Amino acid sequence: MSEPVDPAIAIRGLTKRYGGTVAVEHLDLDVAAGETLALLGPNGAGKTTTVECCEGYRAPDGGTVRVLGLDPRRDAAALRARVGLMLQEGGVYPIAKPRELLRLFAAFYRDPLPVDALLDRVGLTAVARTRYRDLSGGQQQRLSLALALIGRPEVLFLDEPTAGLDPAARRLTWELIGELHADGATIVLTTHLLDEAEELADRLAIIDQGQLVALGTPDELTHGDRREIEFTARPGLDVTALTVALGVSVRERAPGRYHLDATNDPALVAALAAWLADRDERLGELRAGKRSLEDVFLRLTTEAGTDPRDPREVAAGSDVEVAP
Amino acid sequence: MSAAETPRPHPSAGPATETDAPRVTDRRLPWGRAIRAQAWMELKLLVRSAESLIITLGIPLGILVFFSAVDVLPTGTGPAVDFLVPGVLAISIAGTGLVAVGIQTAFERKYGALKRLGGTPLPRSGFLLSKGLAVAALLAGQTVLVVGTASVFLGWAPSGGWLLAPLLVVIGAVTFTALGLLMAGALRAEATLALSNAVFLGLLVISGVTFRADALPDGLAAIGQGLPLGALGTALRAALDGDGLAIVATLIVAGWGVGAVALASRTFRWEP
Repeated sequence: MSEPVDPAIAIRGLTKRYGGTVAVEHLDLDVAAGETLALLGPNGAGKTTTVECCEGYRAPDGGTVRVLGLDPRRDAAALRARVGLMLQEGGVYPIAKPRELLRLFAAFYRDPLPVDALLDRVGLTAVARTRYRDLSGGQQQRLSLALALIGRPEVLFLDEPTAGLDPAARRLTWELIGELHADGATIVLTTHLLDEAEELADRLAIIDQGQLVALGTPDELTHGDRREIEFTARPGLDVTALTVALGVSVRERAPGRYHLDATNDPALVAALAAWLADRDERLGELRAGKRSLEDVFLRLTTEAGTDPRDPREVAAGSDVEVAP
Repeated sequence: MSAAETPRPHPSAGPATETDAPRVTDRRLPWGRAIRAQAWMELKLLVRSAESLIITLGIPLGILVFFSAVDVLPTGTGPAVDFLVPGVLAISIAGTGLVAVGIQTAFERKYGALKRLGGTPLPRSGFLLSKGLAVAALLAGQTVLVVGTASVFLGWAPSGGWLLAPLLVVIGAVTFTALGLLMAGALRAEATLALSNAVFLGLLVISGVTFRADALPDGLAAIGQGLPLGALGTALRAALDGDGLAIVATLIVAGWGVGAVALASRTFRWEP
Protein backbone atom coordinates (compact mmCIF):
# COMPACT_ATOMS: atom_id res chain seq x y z
CA MET A 1 0.00 0.00 0.00
CA SER A 2 1.30 3.44 -0.84
CA GLU A 3 -0.66 5.62 1.53
CA PRO A 4 0.29 9.26 2.01
CA VAL A 5 2.13 10.04 5.20
CA ASP A 6 -0.53 12.36 6.58
CA PRO A 7 -4.04 11.11 5.96
CA ALA A 8 -6.80 13.71 6.07
CA ILE A 9 -8.70 11.43 8.43
CA ALA A 10 -7.12 8.87 10.73
CA ILE A 11 -9.33 6.58 12.80
CA ARG A 12 -7.55 4.23 15.21
CA GLY A 13 -9.33 1.61 17.26
CA LEU A 14 -12.55 3.61 17.36
CA THR A 15 -15.10 2.12 19.73
CA LYS A 16 -18.47 3.62 20.54
CA ARG A 17 -21.22 2.13 22.68
CA TYR A 18 -24.76 3.30 23.35
CA GLY A 19 -25.73 1.76 26.66
CA GLY A 20 -25.01 -1.92 26.25
CA THR A 21 -25.06 -1.82 22.45
CA VAL A 22 -21.76 -1.63 20.62
CA ALA A 23 -22.22 0.67 17.64
CA VAL A 24 -18.61 0.69 16.44
CA GLU A 25 -15.85 -1.64 17.58
CA HIS A 26 -12.10 -1.21 17.09
CA LEU A 27 -12.42 0.51 13.75
CA ASP A 28 -9.22 1.49 11.93
CA LEU A 29 -9.55 3.60 8.84
CA ASP A 30 -7.48 6.20 6.99
CA VAL A 31 -8.76 8.56 4.36
CA ALA A 32 -6.10 10.20 2.20
CA ALA A 33 -6.25 13.89 1.36
CA GLY A 34 -8.28 14.35 -1.81
CA GLU A 35 -9.79 10.90 -1.60
CA THR A 36 -13.49 10.06 -1.77
CA LEU A 37 -14.33 7.21 0.57
CA ALA A 38 -17.74 5.57 0.73
CA LEU A 39 -18.82 4.01 4.00
CA LEU A 40 -21.13 1.21 3.03
CA GLY A 41 -23.19 -0.97 5.27
CA PRO A 42 -26.69 -2.07 6.14
CA ASN A 43 -28.85 0.09 8.38
CA GLY A 44 -27.48 0.15 11.91
CA ALA A 45 -24.01 -0.95 10.83
CA GLY A 46 -22.33 2.03 12.50
CA LYS A 47 -21.81 4.32 9.49
CA THR A 48 -23.42 7.40 11.01
CA THR A 49 -21.78 6.81 14.40
CA THR A 50 -18.37 6.66 12.73
CA VAL A 51 -19.00 9.85 10.79
CA GLU A 52 -20.39 11.64 13.84
CA CYS A 53 -17.26 10.76 15.81
CA CYS A 54 -15.27 12.44 13.01
CA GLU A 55 -17.58 15.47 13.07
CA GLY A 56 -17.21 15.87 16.83
CA TYR A 57 -20.84 15.12 17.67
CA ARG A 58 -19.87 11.93 19.54
CA ALA A 59 -17.02 11.30 21.94
CA PRO A 60 -15.38 7.92 21.26
CA ASP A 61 -15.49 5.40 24.11
CA GLY A 62 -12.16 4.04 22.88
CA GLY A 63 -9.57 4.80 20.26
CA THR A 64 -8.75 8.08 18.57
CA VAL A 65 -10.04 10.09 15.64
CA ARG A 66 -8.02 12.79 13.91
CA VAL A 67 -9.34 14.99 11.13
CA LEU A 68 -6.71 17.17 9.43
CA GLY A 69 -4.53 16.23 12.38
CA LEU A 70 -7.02 17.70 14.87
CA ASP A 71 -9.15 16.14 17.58
CA PRO A 72 -12.77 16.70 16.51
CA ARG A 73 -13.88 17.44 20.08
CA ARG A 74 -10.90 19.13 21.68
CA ASP A 75 -10.08 21.19 18.60
CA ALA A 76 -13.69 21.65 17.50
CA ALA A 77 -13.41 25.40 17.00
CA ALA A 78 -10.45 25.12 14.64
CA LEU A 79 -11.82 22.10 12.81
CA ARG A 80 -15.37 23.30 12.15
CA ALA A 81 -14.05 26.13 10.02
CA ARG A 82 -12.40 23.57 7.73
CA VAL A 83 -15.08 20.87 7.58
CA GLY A 84 -18.40 20.82 5.76
CA LEU A 85 -21.13 18.37 6.61
CA MET A 86 -24.55 17.11 5.61
CA LEU A 87 -26.67 15.48 8.28
CA GLN A 88 -29.27 12.81 7.67
CA GLU A 89 -31.74 14.95 9.59
CA GLY A 90 -31.45 17.81 7.13
CA GLY A 91 -31.00 20.31 9.92
CA VAL A 92 -32.68 23.33 8.40
CA TYR A 93 -35.28 25.73 9.83
CA PRO A 94 -38.49 24.74 7.98
CA ILE A 95 -39.59 28.33 7.41
CA ALA A 96 -36.19 29.63 6.32
CA LYS A 97 -35.36 30.17 2.65
CA PRO A 98 -32.36 28.98 0.62
CA ARG A 99 -30.74 32.36 -0.06
CA GLU A 100 -31.04 33.65 3.50
CA LEU A 101 -29.76 30.34 4.87
CA LEU A 102 -26.71 30.44 2.60
CA ARG A 103 -26.12 34.09 3.56
CA LEU A 104 -26.35 33.09 7.24
CA PHE A 105 -23.87 30.23 6.90
CA ALA A 106 -21.60 32.38 4.74
CA ALA A 107 -21.31 34.77 7.70
CA PHE A 108 -19.68 32.01 9.78
CA TYR A 109 -16.62 31.77 7.50
CA ARG A 110 -13.83 34.19 6.64
CA ASP A 111 -13.80 33.40 2.94
CA PRO A 112 -17.12 31.87 1.92
CA LEU A 113 -18.20 31.04 -1.61
CA PRO A 114 -20.32 33.71 -3.30
CA VAL A 115 -23.90 32.88 -2.36
CA ASP A 116 -25.62 33.56 -5.66
CA ALA A 117 -23.09 31.61 -7.70
CA LEU A 118 -23.45 28.66 -5.33
CA LEU A 119 -27.25 28.83 -5.57
CA ASP A 120 -26.85 28.68 -9.32
CA ARG A 121 -24.45 25.78 -9.16
CA VAL A 122 -26.84 23.64 -7.13
CA GLY A 123 -29.81 24.70 -9.24
CA LEU A 124 -31.74 26.57 -6.53
CA THR A 125 -31.82 30.09 -7.95
CA ALA A 126 -35.46 29.76 -8.96
CA VAL A 127 -36.48 28.74 -5.44
CA ALA A 128 -34.07 31.02 -3.55
CA ARG A 129 -37.04 32.66 -1.77
CA THR A 130 -39.11 29.54 -1.16
CA ARG A 131 -39.43 28.22 2.38
CA TYR A 132 -37.42 25.07 3.02
CA ARG A 133 -40.51 23.04 3.87
CA ASP A 134 -42.01 23.88 0.46
CA LEU A 135 -38.96 22.63 -1.48
CA SER A 136 -38.91 19.19 -3.10
CA GLY A 137 -36.84 16.46 -1.49
CA GLY A 138 -34.15 16.90 -4.11
CA GLN A 139 -34.03 20.66 -3.60
CA GLN A 140 -33.80 20.21 0.16
CA GLN A 141 -30.88 17.81 -0.25
CA ARG A 142 -29.10 20.16 -2.63
CA LEU A 143 -29.57 23.04 -0.19
CA SER A 144 -28.02 20.90 2.54
CA LEU A 145 -25.13 20.15 0.20
CA ALA A 146 -24.71 23.85 -0.61
CA LEU A 147 -24.67 24.65 3.12
CA ALA A 148 -21.92 22.07 3.50
CA LEU A 149 -19.89 23.75 0.74
CA ILE A 150 -20.31 27.44 1.57
CA GLY A 151 -17.21 27.65 3.79
CA ARG A 152 -14.82 26.09 1.22
CA PRO A 153 -14.24 23.01 3.38
CA GLU A 154 -11.16 20.84 3.04
CA VAL A 155 -13.05 17.81 4.31
CA LEU A 156 -16.68 16.94 3.64
CA PHE A 157 -18.84 14.46 5.53
CA LEU A 158 -21.98 13.58 3.62
CA ASP A 159 -24.37 11.30 5.46
CA GLU A 160 -26.62 9.65 2.87
CA PRO A 161 -26.57 12.61 0.50
CA THR A 162 -29.06 11.12 -1.93
CA ALA A 163 -31.46 9.40 0.46
CA GLY A 164 -34.99 9.60 -0.88
CA LEU A 165 -34.07 11.24 -4.18
CA ASP A 166 -35.43 10.30 -7.59
CA PRO A 167 -32.88 9.13 -10.20
CA ALA A 168 -32.54 12.54 -11.89
CA ALA A 169 -31.98 14.37 -8.61
CA ARG A 170 -29.54 11.67 -7.55
CA ARG A 171 -27.60 12.07 -10.79
CA LEU A 172 -27.33 15.84 -10.24
CA THR A 173 -26.04 15.35 -6.69
CA TRP A 174 -23.51 12.81 -7.97
CA GLU A 175 -22.25 15.34 -10.49
CA LEU A 176 -21.79 17.93 -7.74
CA ILE A 177 -19.91 15.48 -5.55
CA GLY A 178 -17.79 14.46 -8.53
CA GLU A 179 -16.86 18.10 -9.14
CA LEU A 180 -15.87 18.54 -5.50
CA HIS A 181 -13.68 15.47 -5.78
CA ALA A 182 -12.06 16.89 -8.89
CA ASP A 183 -11.46 20.12 -6.97
CA GLY A 184 -9.42 18.21 -4.42
CA ALA A 185 -11.76 17.87 -1.45
CA THR A 186 -11.51 14.92 0.88
CA ILE A 187 -14.98 13.38 0.98
CA VAL A 188 -16.48 10.75 3.23
CA LEU A 189 -19.97 9.71 2.26
CA THR A 190 -22.18 7.11 3.82
CA THR A 191 -24.64 5.26 1.69
CA HIS A 192 -26.39 1.98 1.38
CA LEU A 193 -26.64 2.40 -2.38
CA LEU A 194 -24.04 0.26 -4.06
CA ASP A 195 -24.18 2.03 -7.39
CA GLU A 196 -23.64 5.35 -5.61
CA ALA A 197 -20.56 4.04 -3.86
CA GLU A 198 -19.21 2.53 -7.08
CA GLU A 199 -19.86 5.73 -9.03
CA LEU A 200 -18.36 8.21 -6.59
CA ALA A 201 -15.79 6.58 -4.38
CA ASP A 202 -12.09 5.94 -4.83
CA ARG A 203 -12.33 3.36 -2.09
CA LEU A 204 -15.14 1.62 -0.30
CA ALA A 205 -15.18 0.68 3.36
CA ILE A 206 -17.82 -1.90 4.13
CA ILE A 207 -18.95 -1.81 7.73
CA ASP A 208 -21.10 -4.40 9.37
CA GLN A 209 -22.15 -4.60 13.00
CA GLY A 210 -19.69 -1.88 13.92
CA GLN A 211 -16.69 -3.52 12.30
CA LEU A 212 -14.78 -2.93 9.11
CA VAL A 213 -15.27 -6.04 7.02
CA ALA A 214 -13.70 -4.93 3.75
CA LEU A 215 -11.75 -1.98 2.39
CA GLY A 216 -10.54 -1.40 -1.12
CA THR A 217 -11.19 0.17 -4.48
CA PRO A 218 -14.35 -0.99 -6.26
CA ASP A 219 -12.10 -3.03 -8.57
CA GLU A 220 -10.25 -4.66 -5.72
CA LEU A 221 -13.48 -5.59 -4.02
CA THR A 222 -15.11 -7.08 -7.09
CA HIS A 223 -12.08 -8.57 -8.80
CA GLY A 224 -11.52 -11.84 -7.02
CA ASP A 225 -9.82 -14.88 -8.55
CA ARG A 226 -12.84 -16.99 -7.99
CA ARG A 227 -13.68 -19.79 -10.31
CA GLU A 228 -16.81 -18.31 -11.76
CA ILE A 229 -18.14 -17.21 -15.09
CA GLU A 230 -21.72 -16.06 -15.25
CA PHE A 231 -23.84 -15.25 -18.22
CA THR A 232 -27.46 -14.60 -18.98
CA ALA A 233 -29.39 -15.82 -21.99
CA ARG A 234 -32.78 -17.32 -22.86
CA PRO A 235 -34.01 -19.54 -20.00
CA GLY A 236 -33.92 -23.27 -20.58
CA LEU A 237 -30.71 -23.71 -22.57
CA ASP A 238 -29.48 -27.30 -22.73
CA VAL A 239 -26.91 -27.14 -19.94
CA THR A 240 -25.98 -30.81 -20.35
CA ALA A 241 -24.95 -30.23 -23.95
CA LEU A 242 -23.12 -27.06 -22.97
CA THR A 243 -21.27 -28.88 -20.20
CA VAL A 244 -20.14 -31.49 -22.71
CA ALA A 245 -19.17 -28.91 -25.31
CA LEU A 246 -17.12 -26.75 -22.93
CA GLY A 247 -15.78 -29.43 -20.67
CA VAL A 248 -16.75 -27.51 -17.52
CA SER A 249 -19.76 -27.83 -15.27
CA VAL A 250 -22.62 -25.50 -16.23
CA ARG A 251 -25.69 -24.85 -14.08
CA GLU A 252 -28.74 -22.67 -14.57
CA ARG A 253 -28.86 -21.01 -11.15
CA ALA A 254 -31.95 -18.99 -11.87
CA PRO A 255 -34.08 -18.85 -15.02
CA GLY A 256 -31.84 -17.46 -17.74
CA ARG A 257 -28.82 -17.05 -15.43
CA TYR A 258 -26.06 -19.57 -16.03
CA HIS A 259 -23.02 -20.34 -13.95
CA LEU A 260 -19.82 -21.97 -15.23
CA ASP A 261 -17.48 -23.51 -12.71
CA ALA A 262 -14.35 -22.23 -14.40
CA THR A 263 -11.71 -19.53 -14.22
CA ASN A 264 -11.75 -16.62 -16.61
CA ASP A 265 -10.19 -18.22 -19.69
CA PRO A 266 -10.42 -16.39 -23.04
CA ALA A 267 -10.61 -19.67 -25.01
CA LEU A 268 -13.50 -20.82 -22.85
CA VAL A 269 -15.36 -17.56 -23.37
CA ALA A 270 -14.82 -17.88 -27.14
CA ALA A 271 -16.11 -21.45 -27.05
CA LEU A 272 -19.19 -20.35 -25.13
CA ALA A 273 -19.86 -17.58 -27.66
CA ALA A 274 -19.44 -20.03 -30.55
CA TRP A 275 -21.78 -22.55 -28.93
CA LEU A 276 -24.42 -19.87 -28.52
CA ALA A 277 -23.90 -18.63 -32.10
CA ASP A 278 -24.36 -22.19 -33.47
CA ARG A 279 -27.77 -22.29 -31.82
CA ASP A 280 -28.63 -18.69 -32.71
CA GLU A 281 -28.95 -17.80 -29.01
CA ARG A 282 -28.32 -14.25 -27.90
CA LEU A 283 -25.98 -13.56 -25.01
CA GLY A 284 -27.34 -11.22 -22.36
CA GLU A 285 -24.69 -10.31 -19.78
CA LEU A 286 -21.33 -11.94 -19.33
CA ARG A 287 -19.28 -11.61 -16.17
CA ALA A 288 -16.02 -13.45 -15.87
CA GLY A 289 -13.85 -13.58 -12.77
CA LYS A 290 -15.46 -10.46 -11.36
CA ARG A 291 -18.21 -10.27 -8.84
CA SER A 292 -20.79 -7.58 -8.69
CA LEU A 293 -20.41 -5.20 -5.78
CA GLU A 294 -23.83 -6.29 -4.67
CA ASP A 295 -22.61 -9.86 -4.44
CA VAL A 296 -19.63 -8.75 -2.36
CA PHE A 297 -21.80 -6.60 -0.15
CA LEU A 298 -24.37 -9.30 0.51
CA ARG A 299 -21.70 -11.85 1.36
CA LEU A 300 -19.99 -9.52 3.80
CA THR A 301 -22.88 -7.95 5.59
CA THR A 302 -25.77 -9.20 7.61
CA GLU A 303 -29.13 -7.65 7.18
CA ALA A 304 -31.27 -8.30 10.24
CA GLY A 305 -32.42 -11.88 10.30
CA THR A 306 -29.78 -13.42 8.03
CA ASP A 307 -26.73 -15.39 8.98
CA PRO A 308 -23.36 -13.73 9.27
CA ARG A 309 -20.84 -15.09 6.81
CA ASP A 310 -17.12 -15.35 7.04
CA PRO A 311 -15.62 -12.29 5.38
CA ARG A 312 -12.41 -14.15 4.59
CA GLU A 313 -14.26 -16.32 2.11
CA VAL A 314 -14.85 -13.40 -0.18
CA ALA A 315 -11.52 -11.72 0.17
CA ALA A 316 -9.37 -14.81 -0.15
CA GLY A 317 -7.01 -14.61 -3.09
CA SER A 318 -7.55 -10.93 -3.76
CA ASP A 319 -5.65 -7.97 -2.44
CA VAL A 320 -8.60 -6.67 -0.49
CA GLU A 321 -7.77 -5.77 3.06
CA VAL A 322 -9.91 -7.59 5.52
CA ALA A 323 -10.15 -6.49 9.09
CA PRO A 324 -9.20 -9.19 11.59
CA MET B 1 -16.80 38.72 -7.89
CA SER B 2 -19.27 38.25 -10.68
CA ALA B 3 -22.31 36.14 -10.06
CA ALA B 4 -21.53 34.10 -13.15
CA GLU B 5 -18.27 32.85 -11.75
CA THR B 6 -18.33 29.19 -10.87
CA PRO B 7 -17.23 28.84 -7.27
CA ARG B 8 -14.47 26.34 -6.66
CA PRO B 9 -14.30 25.34 -3.06
CA HIS B 10 -10.74 24.12 -3.06
CA PRO B 11 -8.03 26.61 -3.64
CA SER B 12 -5.23 24.07 -3.81
CA ALA B 13 -6.39 22.08 -6.80
CA GLY B 14 -7.73 22.67 -10.26
CA PRO B 15 -6.43 24.81 -13.08
CA ALA B 16 -9.19 27.39 -12.57
CA THR B 17 -7.71 28.52 -9.28
CA GLU B 18 -4.03 28.59 -10.15
CA THR B 19 -4.20 32.17 -11.31
CA ASP B 20 -6.23 33.31 -8.32
CA ALA B 21 -4.64 35.14 -5.44
CA PRO B 22 -3.83 32.79 -2.57
CA ARG B 23 -6.87 32.14 -0.44
CA VAL B 24 -6.97 33.52 3.06
CA THR B 25 -5.60 30.93 5.43
CA ASP B 26 -7.04 32.70 8.46
CA ARG B 27 -10.05 30.59 9.29
CA ARG B 28 -10.99 32.13 12.66
CA LEU B 29 -14.68 32.84 13.20
CA PRO B 30 -15.62 36.37 12.10
CA TRP B 31 -17.44 36.98 15.38
CA GLY B 32 -19.23 40.23 14.67
CA ARG B 33 -20.50 39.14 11.27
CA ALA B 34 -21.53 35.70 12.56
CA ILE B 35 -23.45 37.01 15.58
CA ARG B 36 -25.22 39.70 13.57
CA ALA B 37 -26.27 37.18 10.91
CA GLN B 38 -27.49 34.60 13.41
CA ALA B 39 -29.37 37.16 15.52
CA TRP B 40 -31.01 38.57 12.38
CA MET B 41 -32.07 35.07 11.30
CA GLU B 42 -33.45 34.32 14.77
CA LEU B 43 -35.44 37.54 14.73
CA LYS B 44 -36.81 36.87 11.23
CA LEU B 45 -37.91 33.39 12.27
CA LEU B 46 -39.57 34.75 15.42
CA VAL B 47 -41.70 37.23 13.50
CA ARG B 48 -42.25 35.07 10.41
CA SER B 49 -44.82 32.69 11.88
CA ALA B 50 -48.31 33.97 12.53
CA GLU B 51 -48.75 31.85 15.66
CA SER B 52 -45.71 33.48 17.16
CA LEU B 53 -46.92 36.99 16.33
CA ILE B 54 -50.28 36.34 17.97
CA ILE B 55 -48.52 35.44 21.21
CA THR B 56 -45.89 38.17 21.11
CA LEU B 57 -47.95 41.08 19.85
CA GLY B 58 -51.60 40.13 19.35
CA ILE B 59 -52.48 39.00 22.86
CA PRO B 60 -50.64 41.76 24.80
CA LEU B 61 -51.92 44.61 22.62
CA GLY B 62 -55.39 43.07 22.47
CA ILE B 63 -55.62 42.89 26.25
CA LEU B 64 -54.29 46.42 26.64
CA VAL B 65 -56.64 48.07 24.17
CA PHE B 66 -59.76 46.03 24.89
CA PHE B 67 -59.71 46.16 28.68
CA SER B 68 -58.60 49.79 28.77
CA ALA B 69 -61.60 50.73 26.65
CA VAL B 70 -64.07 48.29 28.19
CA ASP B 71 -63.81 48.57 31.95
CA VAL B 72 -65.13 45.14 32.98
CA LEU B 73 -62.15 43.87 34.93
CA PRO B 74 -61.44 44.65 38.60
CA THR B 75 -58.43 46.91 38.01
CA GLY B 76 -58.85 49.18 41.03
CA THR B 77 -59.97 52.75 41.38
CA GLY B 78 -57.67 54.51 38.92
CA PRO B 79 -57.90 54.32 35.11
CA ALA B 80 -57.72 50.71 33.89
CA VAL B 81 -54.79 51.52 31.63
CA ASP B 82 -52.61 52.44 34.63
CA PHE B 83 -53.13 48.98 36.01
CA LEU B 84 -52.86 47.24 32.65
CA VAL B 85 -49.60 48.65 31.19
CA PRO B 86 -47.19 46.94 33.63
CA GLY B 87 -49.22 43.72 33.47
CA VAL B 88 -49.25 43.76 29.67
CA LEU B 89 -45.50 44.38 29.56
CA ALA B 90 -45.05 41.32 31.77
CA ILE B 91 -47.36 39.34 29.49
CA SER B 92 -45.35 40.37 26.41
CA ILE B 93 -42.17 39.20 28.07
CA ALA B 94 -43.66 35.87 29.10
CA GLY B 95 -45.26 35.33 25.69
CA THR B 96 -42.01 36.01 23.89
CA GLY B 97 -39.61 34.17 26.18
CA LEU B 98 -41.65 31.25 27.39
CA VAL B 99 -43.96 30.60 24.45
CA ALA B 100 -42.49 31.98 21.22
CA VAL B 101 -38.80 31.33 21.89
CA GLY B 102 -39.56 28.06 23.67
CA ILE B 103 -41.61 26.66 20.82
CA GLN B 104 -39.30 27.93 18.10
CA THR B 105 -36.25 26.45 19.79
CA ALA B 106 -38.05 23.18 20.45
CA PHE B 107 -38.76 22.76 16.75
CA GLU B 108 -35.25 23.88 15.79
CA ARG B 109 -34.05 21.01 17.91
CA LYS B 110 -36.58 18.59 16.50
CA TYR B 111 -35.61 19.37 12.91
CA GLY B 112 -31.90 19.05 13.63
CA ALA B 113 -31.24 22.74 12.99
CA LEU B 114 -29.50 23.08 16.37
CA LYS B 115 -27.38 20.04 15.60
CA ARG B 116 -26.50 21.37 12.16
CA LEU B 117 -25.54 24.78 13.59
CA GLY B 118 -23.29 22.89 16.00
CA GLY B 119 -21.37 21.71 12.94
CA THR B 120 -20.59 25.27 11.86
CA PRO B 121 -17.87 27.46 13.37
CA LEU B 122 -20.51 29.33 15.43
CA PRO B 123 -19.99 28.13 19.02
CA ARG B 124 -22.88 27.53 21.40
CA SER B 125 -22.07 30.71 23.29
CA GLY B 126 -22.42 32.63 20.02
CA PHE B 127 -25.69 30.90 19.29
CA LEU B 128 -27.11 31.78 22.73
CA LEU B 129 -25.88 35.34 22.45
CA SER B 130 -27.59 35.66 19.05
CA LYS B 131 -30.84 34.28 20.39
CA GLY B 132 -30.63 36.68 23.32
CA LEU B 133 -30.10 39.61 20.96
CA ALA B 134 -33.08 38.57 18.84
CA VAL B 135 -35.27 38.34 21.95
CA ALA B 136 -34.01 41.73 23.09
CA ALA B 137 -34.83 43.29 19.73
CA LEU B 138 -38.30 41.79 19.67
CA LEU B 139 -38.97 42.86 23.26
CA ALA B 140 -37.78 46.37 22.54
CA GLY B 141 -40.29 46.51 19.69
CA GLN B 142 -43.06 45.11 21.87
CA THR B 143 -42.29 47.55 24.67
CA VAL B 144 -42.35 50.51 22.30
CA LEU B 145 -45.67 49.33 20.87
CA VAL B 146 -47.28 48.74 24.29
CA VAL B 147 -45.99 51.95 25.83
CA GLY B 148 -46.65 53.91 22.62
CA THR B 149 -50.21 52.62 22.27
CA ALA B 150 -50.92 53.30 25.93
CA SER B 151 -49.55 56.84 25.93
CA VAL B 152 -50.71 57.98 22.48
CA PHE B 153 -54.18 56.39 22.36
CA LEU B 154 -55.07 55.60 25.98
CA GLY B 155 -53.73 58.66 27.78
CA TRP B 156 -51.26 56.77 29.93
CA ALA B 157 -48.17 58.34 31.53
CA PRO B 158 -45.81 56.58 33.95
CA SER B 159 -45.24 58.07 37.39
CA GLY B 160 -41.64 56.84 37.51
CA GLY B 161 -39.42 53.89 36.85
CA TRP B 162 -37.54 55.33 33.87
CA LEU B 163 -34.44 53.37 34.83
CA LEU B 164 -35.94 50.64 36.97
CA ALA B 165 -38.63 49.45 34.55
CA PRO B 166 -36.23 48.74 31.65
CA LEU B 167 -33.98 46.85 34.06
CA LEU B 168 -36.95 44.76 35.22
CA VAL B 169 -37.87 44.08 31.59
CA VAL B 170 -34.37 42.70 31.06
CA ILE B 171 -34.48 40.54 34.20
CA GLY B 172 -37.90 39.24 33.20
CA ALA B 173 -36.74 38.55 29.66
CA VAL B 174 -33.80 36.47 30.87
CA THR B 175 -36.05 34.54 33.26
CA PHE B 176 -38.78 33.72 30.76
CA THR B 177 -36.39 32.96 27.91
CA ALA B 178 -34.51 30.57 30.20
CA LEU B 179 -37.81 28.91 31.13
CA GLY B 180 -38.69 28.55 27.44
CA LEU B 181 -35.27 27.10 26.62
CA LEU B 182 -35.51 24.77 29.62
CA MET B 183 -38.62 23.20 28.11
CA ALA B 184 -37.30 23.27 24.55
CA GLY B 185 -34.11 21.47 25.45
CA ALA B 186 -35.65 18.77 27.60
CA LEU B 187 -39.08 17.91 26.19
CA ARG B 188 -40.34 16.78 22.85
CA ALA B 189 -41.25 19.69 20.57
CA GLU B 190 -44.95 18.86 20.68
CA ALA B 191 -44.86 18.71 24.49
CA THR B 192 -43.15 22.09 24.62
CA LEU B 193 -45.79 23.51 22.30
CA ALA B 194 -48.65 22.28 24.48
CA LEU B 195 -47.08 22.89 27.87
CA SER B 196 -45.78 26.40 27.20
CA ASN B 197 -49.18 27.54 25.96
CA ALA B 198 -50.94 25.92 28.91
CA VAL B 199 -48.55 27.43 31.42
CA PHE B 200 -48.90 30.83 29.76
CA LEU B 201 -52.70 30.72 29.94
CA GLY B 202 -52.63 29.48 33.54
CA LEU B 203 -50.27 32.27 34.51
CA LEU B 204 -52.45 34.86 32.78
CA VAL B 205 -55.37 33.88 34.98
CA ILE B 206 -53.73 33.64 38.40
CA SER B 207 -50.98 36.26 38.25
CA GLY B 208 -52.93 39.49 38.76
CA VAL B 209 -51.59 41.00 35.55
CA THR B 210 -54.90 41.73 33.81
CA PHE B 211 -56.94 42.29 36.93
CA ARG B 212 -56.15 42.83 40.61
CA ALA B 213 -54.89 39.70 42.37
CA ASP B 214 -57.11 40.41 45.41
CA ALA B 215 -60.12 39.49 43.26
CA LEU B 216 -58.77 35.91 43.41
CA PRO B 217 -59.08 33.52 46.38
CA ASP B 218 -56.21 34.26 48.80
CA GLY B 219 -54.35 30.98 48.25
CA LEU B 220 -54.47 31.29 44.48
CA ALA B 221 -53.37 34.91 44.59
CA ALA B 222 -50.39 33.96 46.78
CA ILE B 223 -49.38 31.23 44.36
CA GLY B 224 -49.68 33.67 41.46
CA GLN B 225 -47.44 36.18 43.21
CA GLY B 226 -44.86 33.45 43.82
CA LEU B 227 -44.72 32.64 40.11
CA PRO B 228 -42.59 34.74 37.75
CA LEU B 229 -45.38 36.41 35.76
CA GLY B 230 -47.22 37.70 38.83
CA ALA B 231 -44.00 38.80 40.49
CA LEU B 232 -42.80 40.57 37.33
CA GLY B 233 -46.15 42.35 36.97
CA THR B 234 -46.02 43.48 40.57
CA ALA B 235 -42.43 44.71 40.29
CA LEU B 236 -43.15 46.60 37.06
CA ARG B 237 -46.29 48.14 38.52
CA ALA B 238 -44.40 49.38 41.57
CA ALA B 239 -41.72 50.87 39.34
CA LEU B 240 -44.10 52.58 36.92
CA ASP B 241 -46.31 53.84 39.74
CA GLY B 242 -43.27 55.56 41.20
CA ASP B 243 -43.13 53.28 44.25
CA GLY B 244 -39.55 52.20 43.56
CA LEU B 245 -38.07 48.73 43.77
CA ALA B 246 -40.40 45.93 44.90
CA ILE B 247 -37.63 43.87 46.42
CA VAL B 248 -39.46 40.63 47.13
CA ALA B 249 -41.17 40.48 43.74
CA THR B 250 -37.91 41.27 41.93
CA LEU B 251 -36.07 38.58 43.87
CA ILE B 252 -38.79 36.08 42.98
CA VAL B 253 -38.40 36.85 39.26
CA ALA B 254 -34.62 36.71 39.47
CA GLY B 255 -34.76 33.51 41.53
CA TRP B 256 -36.85 31.77 38.87
CA GLY B 257 -34.34 32.99 36.31
CA VAL B 258 -31.32 31.67 38.19
CA GLY B 259 -33.06 28.34 38.72
CA ALA B 260 -34.11 28.05 35.08
CA VAL B 261 -30.64 28.94 33.76
CA ALA B 262 -28.99 26.44 36.11
CA LEU B 263 -31.40 23.67 35.21
CA ALA B 264 -31.43 24.40 31.49
CA SER B 265 -27.65 24.41 31.27
CA ARG B 266 -27.64 20.91 32.77
CA THR B 267 -30.55 19.40 30.87
CA PHE B 268 -30.52 21.11 27.48
CA ARG B 269 -30.11 18.61 24.65
CA TRP B 270 -29.02 20.00 21.30
CA GLU B 271 -29.82 16.95 19.23
CA PRO B 272 -33.27 15.81 18.11
